[in-house]
This record gives sequence, C-alpha cells and structure tokens, in this order.
Amino acid sequence: MKRRKFDLAATPGKAAVGVDDRFQVATPLRRLLNKVFPDHWSFLLGEIALFSFIVLLLTGVFLTFFYEPAMTEVVYDGSYAPLQGTPMSAAYASSLDLSFDVRGGLVMRQMHHWAALLFMAAIVVHMLRVFFTGAFRKPRETNWIIGSLLFWVGFLAGFTGYSLPDDGLSGTGLRIASAIMLSIPVIGSWLTSSIFGGEFPGTIIISRFFIAHVLLIPGLLLALISAHLGLVFKQKHTQWPGPGRTNGNVVGERMFPRYALKQGGFFMVVFGVIALLGGLFQINPIWLFGPYEAWVVSAASQPDWYVMFLDGSTRLMPAWELNIPIGDGYVIPPLFWPTVVLPGILVGLSTMYPFLEARHLKDRKSHNLLQRPRDVPARTAVGAMAVSFYVVLTLSGGNDVIADKFQISLNAMTWAGRVGLLVVPPLAYYVTYRLCLGLQQHDREVLAHGVETGIIRRLPDGRFVEVHQPLSAANGHADGHGELDYVGWVVPKKMNRLGALGPAVRGFFYPIEKPVEAPVSPGHPPVEPRPERAEIGSGESRH
Amino acid sequence: MTSDNDRRRGLLARLRGRPAARSRGRRRLGAAVRLFAALMLAGGAYTVFAPGAQAQDNPPLTGAAAEGKALFDVSCVTCHGRNAQGVEGRGPSLIGVGAASVEFQVSSGRMPLARQEAQAHRKPPVFTDEQVRQLGQYVQELGGGPVVPGTEDNLHEDGNVAAGGELFRINCSQCHAFGGGGGALSSGKFAPSLHPATDRQIYAAMLSGPQNMPVFGDNQITPEQKADIIAYIQETLKTDQDPGGFNLGRYGPSTEGLAIFLVGIVALVFASLWIAGKS
Repeated sequence: MKRRKFDLAATPGKAAVGVDDRFQVATPLRRLLNKVFPDHWSFLLGEIALFSFIVLLLTGVFLTFFYEPAMTEVVYDGSYAPLQGTPMSAAYASSLDLSFDVRGGLVMRQMHHWAALLFMAAIVVHMLRVFFTGAFRKPRETNWIIGSLLFWVGFLAGFTGYSLPDDGLSGTGLRIASAIMLSIPVIGSWLTSSIFGGEFPGTIIISRFFIAHVLLIPGLLLALISAHLGLVFKQKHTQWPGPGRTNGNVVGERMFPRYALKQGGFFMVVFGVIALLGGLFQINPIWLFGPYEAWVVSAASQPDWYVMFLDGSTRLMPAWELNIPIGDGYVIPPLFWPTVVLPGILVGLSTMYPFLEARHLKDRKSHNLLQRPRDVPARTAVGAMAVSFYVVLTLSGGNDVIADKFQISLNAMTWAGRVGLLVVPPLAYYVTYRLCLGLQQHDREVLAHGVETGIIRRLPDGRFVEVHQPLSAANGHADGHGELDYVGWVVPKKMNRLGALGPAVRGFFYPIEKPVEAPVSPGHPPVEPRPERAEIGSGESRH
Repeated sequence: MTSDNDRRRGLLARLRGRPAARSRGRRRLGAAVRLFAALMLAGGAYTVFAPGAQAQDNPPLTGAAAEGKALFDVSCVTCHGRNAQGVEGRGPSLIGVGAASVEFQVSSGRMPLARQEAQAHRKPPVFTDEQVRQLGQYVQELGGGPVVPGTEDNLHEDGNVAAGGELFRINCSQCHAFGGGGGALSSGKFAPSLHPATDRQIYAAMLSGPQNMPVFGDNQITPEQKADIIAYIQETLKTDQDPGGFNLGRYGPSTEGLAIFLVGIVALVFASLWIAGKS
C-alpha cells in the first residue's frame, strides 16, 4: 500500500484554491491586496482615531457588563469606605463597583475614558493635517464633511458618556447642558422637557443617555467611519508631490503585506499607549466627586477638553440679555449666543470650507496631490486663525484652574480671554502669512543658488562671498547657478558631504587633536613631539 | 413784680445787711470763691464719673496674654495698630476675632503678612506654637471671639468619614475643589489647598472664616460635623492612594486634556514617524 505523503508546504495553497473554487474571491482580493497606499507619517494620524475607536468599542463592551443605567436610589455598601452608607443612584453605585470591586474594572474604565480623549484629539490632529495640506479639495469634499460630522458625533458620544457615571461632575455637566437647551428661544423648554422627561434631572435621563451612548451614537459613528474609509478607498489616498508622483497615479506600498503589517503594528502601538495611559494616569476619579446632588458643584468642574471651548465661550460672554418686547416680554439669555449660535457657526463654516475656498479661487479641478502649507499662505493663515480662536476659547474654559495655579487674577484671565479672542486670531493670520512667504522665499533662493555651505571665500578684489553648493549640474552658468523649478516638495536645505570639506574639528564630545608633524631641519635633531598626557586611570592603556 | 423784689431784698438784707453796704472788694472775693467751688465740683465729678486713663488696663492681662502683647507690639502692631485696634488702610481691628483666627493666621504662616496683596499666602510660620497660643490669648482677652477647643492636635478622632464627605462636598468643594486642591476666586483671591492644613487650622478656619471664607459657626456646622469634615479631609483626601495612577494634580478634566496631547498624541506622532520611516 502506498502511503500518501502529507505535504505541509502545499496546504495553504490547496486551501486557498478550495476557497476560490467555491467563492471566486481571488480576483477581487488580488485587487484589494495590491491596492497601493502612499507612505508618509502624517497619513497615519487618522488611523490613531480609528484604532482608538476600536479600543473604545472593546473596553466599552466590558463596561456594559457591569454598569447599571438606572437612577433608582440605592445605599452604597461597596468597598470604598468614604462613601459607605451614602444614598446614591444605581448608576453611580455600579460605576463605583466597576472601579473598586470588579477585577480590572478601573483600568478598563480609565482606558475607555483615555481612548475617548485620544479619539477626539486624533480626529482634530488628523483634521488639521487634511486642512493644512489641502487634502479636502475636489473630489474629497464629501469626506471632509463626513470627517467634520465625526467630530461632532464624537462630541455627543463623549458628552453622553461623561454623564453616565452620575457623579458630581457629570451631573454638573448635565445641568449645564439642560441650561443650554433651555436657552434656545421658543423650542427650548419643550426640547429640555422632552429629553429629560420633565424637569431636570428627572428619573429617565441616564437610561436614555445610556442607550444613546452604547447603541445609537456608536452605530452612527461606525456608519460614518465606514463611509469615510470607503471613500478613501474609492477616491484613493492623496499623496505628496515628488519624483514620479503625479495627479494621476498613486506611489506607495501595496496593502499586503507591508501596509497591512505596518497598520497592524500601529494598532498595537495605539492600544499600548492607551493601556499605559489607563494604567498610569488617573482620569475622572468619580469617587472623589461623590453622587450628584443639585447643590453640589465642585471648583474646577470642567468638561472634557473637546467641550471646553464651549465652556470658555460661556465664561467670556458678557451678560448681555436681549429683551424682546412681545406680549409680557421675551428674554433671550446670554447663554444662547456662546453655546448654541457659536457652535452652529463653527459647524457651518468648517463643513462648508472646501466649497468656500473653491468658490473663492474659482478652482474646479480635481486634486490628488497635496500642497505644502507654505505654498498656500492664505489657507494656512486662515487655519492658524481658526486654531488660535479655538485655543483661546479652550484655555478660557479652564481659566479658573490656570488663574489658581499660576496665581493670576481670575478677572484678568477673563479679560485676557475676551481681548485675546479678538486680537490673537488676526495676529496669528498675519504672522503665519509672513512665515509662509519667508519659507517660500528661502526655497526659491536654494533652488536658484544652491545650498548654503557656511564657507566664506575671499575674492581677489577683497569681497567676501558665501560658497553655495548647487543642486544641479551647472547648465550654462559658470558659477553653478541654474534655475530649478519648484515641484511643491521639500527642497534640500542641508549640504551633503559630497564636495564639502570634512568637519574642521573631529570628535563628538571633545575634539580629537593630533599633534602636527614636526618639520625636520637639516643639521638639527628632529623636534620631539609633546609627550601625550596620560589620564590617571586603571592603569590599562587606552590604545 | 415789685412785691417779689421787695420780699427778696428783705431776705437778703436780714442775712447780710443792706447790699449797698458791702464793699466792692468783698463782693469780688465772694465771686472768686464761688467760681472756684463750682470748678472744683465739676472737675471732681468728672474725675469720679469719666473713664480714667488707667481704666483700659483693667482687668489686667494674664501672664500668657502679657507675653502675647509683647510679641504683638513687636510684630503685629505696624498694621493692626496699638491695642489691636487696626490701622486704616493697613490692617483690620482684631478686637473680637478670637483666638481661633490668630491660631489659623499665625500658625499657618499667613501672618505676619509678606506684603499687601489680594490674599495672604501660606508660609513657614514665624512663631512657635507656644507663641501662637500667647498671641491668641492676648487677642482673646482684648475682645473675646471664637476659640478652637482644647489643645489637642487631633480633632477628628471620632469623625465619620462618610458624613464628612457629604458635608465637604456640599460646603467646601465649591471653592476648595473635590480633591481639596483649592480653586480661584475673583480678583486674585483664592481658596487655598487643604493639603498642608492641620486639624486645628481647618477647625479654626471654619470657626473664624479667614479672608474670603464664610464663617461656619457651631450653629451651622456642629462641632461633631466639623470633626467629620476634618476626618474626611485628613483621612480620605490626603491619604487617598489614587488607585487610578498618577492623579495629574487632581485639577479635573483640564490637566487630563493637557495629558492626552502631551503624552498620548506626542507618543503616537513619534510612533507614526517611526513606522512611516521604516520603508
């Protein structure tokens, strides 16, 4: 009987053939695996958001096993002694249990919270990359809008999650949210009572926020993220200009194996950073805030960082009440402007920006090549203006903490914020614009004259000139000058070794000097070189 | 009216003879004597009834208070004035503030003040505990006021941490923040951190309401409740082991937001530089 030989090496291939025979996936899979992605570190920022979203889903599922979304009053009898015997909501009690009595619960809670902060931070950083490089231009405006929506949906996810533990901090945040909703003219009171099921805080809000936080909003986020990634696939990734890269191709790595492996590795890095943050840095110590009661408001009650700009705009807003003389008089409270109108304007401006810019520049072409920020000074300056506006508002959101810890008057902080909000953005615009022009100028200089070498040459007539290392072979110019075209990519600014002198002094930490060869004169004994001074050491020779 | 005049003249005439008969010299002498007698009477009555210059030293100070007065006259008198009556624009009167106030301000180093500013800062104390007690005794004997009971350093032995926590969150966390780290008030004033405070200082602060702090008298927060609050501060806030790791100063979400950018985003941008560089 002939034994069939089992060939291990052929097994995967056979299995793959078997799969393809049944499902006919080889052709589409080949297309997918061969898809090319351009490689640049700034293209990985969006992935940080994607991977932290995955961590959010994983840790969030764990938290739902133990969290109880109910506002029924219970008396705490868990292991955190300073709250034992305190009446509180079941939601808060289960959050405390998660932190103190569930094995690994606290680190999961903290990872979830840090991942949420990282998700929003990565969205913003990724958005800045897309903005400053012009990646939002036609044909990618839709993806820009989806990205902006992701920020605002993430904002809602963060806010609802912030409210779930029902500790003092989250209740204070909810109270402010209800006040903001109440400030909306005409529909405010209806809106608030329909969300809270009556007066604030009611008994239903935690359950409602829970289902929004674990089902509706993540579902929406997942849908938007899928659409976002699908569009990146369909429209292909943008790339930097450079040798061989045109508006009509994509130069980079294939999806499989290199790109996929790198992404897998990067996911592990993101996961690791979140785990380290969750394990090393305490976030939102709910046990110190205590259960929410309407009369408990701690100092330094701030929202998470991505909401802090709204807190800041509220703190800077003067108390201007608008009285409309209709009937008994109708009041629009000052809270309405910084918390409803301002975000509304910001959403509108940011989502519509690609169309505004294209309209302004009368630009109807498709762009697959990115622009360096310096090459579009107006856009870069507008971006700097927006960033500084947001930063002033965010800092004002924490102005009491800044005032306290740096011993500045809180009133001075408020006025600095008010003045800064009007003065800093135009200043940022001007400074950025000039910086861009300066950088452009330097690029052109290098292209025309070559790289600065730091070598000063004295000409026979006494003039001094700096020697430049030309970027290209001299074409017709005796001094090596040749005009090169700017292609929108990095211009070398540092001299390479070729054609330059070696470093004048050798040695990295201390100069390595060698005694000069002593000249030998006829008739004289050769001059003895200075004896080398030996360091006092272990007695072993250094040579 | 003439009959009245006649009768009066008749009476005087019977006593002294006819008025016309008195010599001018005798009349003058009599007036002088009467004036002198009236002045003596008025002066005597004033001396008897008006508060004398020596009246302020009564009742005399006890020994400790006298020691305190000696310290006061060297270190405090510049701003709080003689006999602690205060100096306009420099320092308030200390009459009636009580030993609790002295104990808080001096033992925490806030007094003597380094400079006139929005609020006094905690400094290494200038006086020893003994001297603080003497100063307190002096101010107490000047005009009374609240006193921290006893001389024990530990005032929270019987305190209930859970009850204290609830009272702390309701009464204290608005300014001193949930973690006791303090917070900003208007115009450069602030609620200080509670971490360096001793039991007696916290008790004294509640009793005397120093600087911008409201007074929490014994009829608002009973001595037992005060012990609960102190127990919560000392036993929970100060000894909390921060089970979640480094507490980022317990400044709430502000420093958490800073940390996600300084630690999270910076680390991951470096990671992406590294990964993208490996091609």
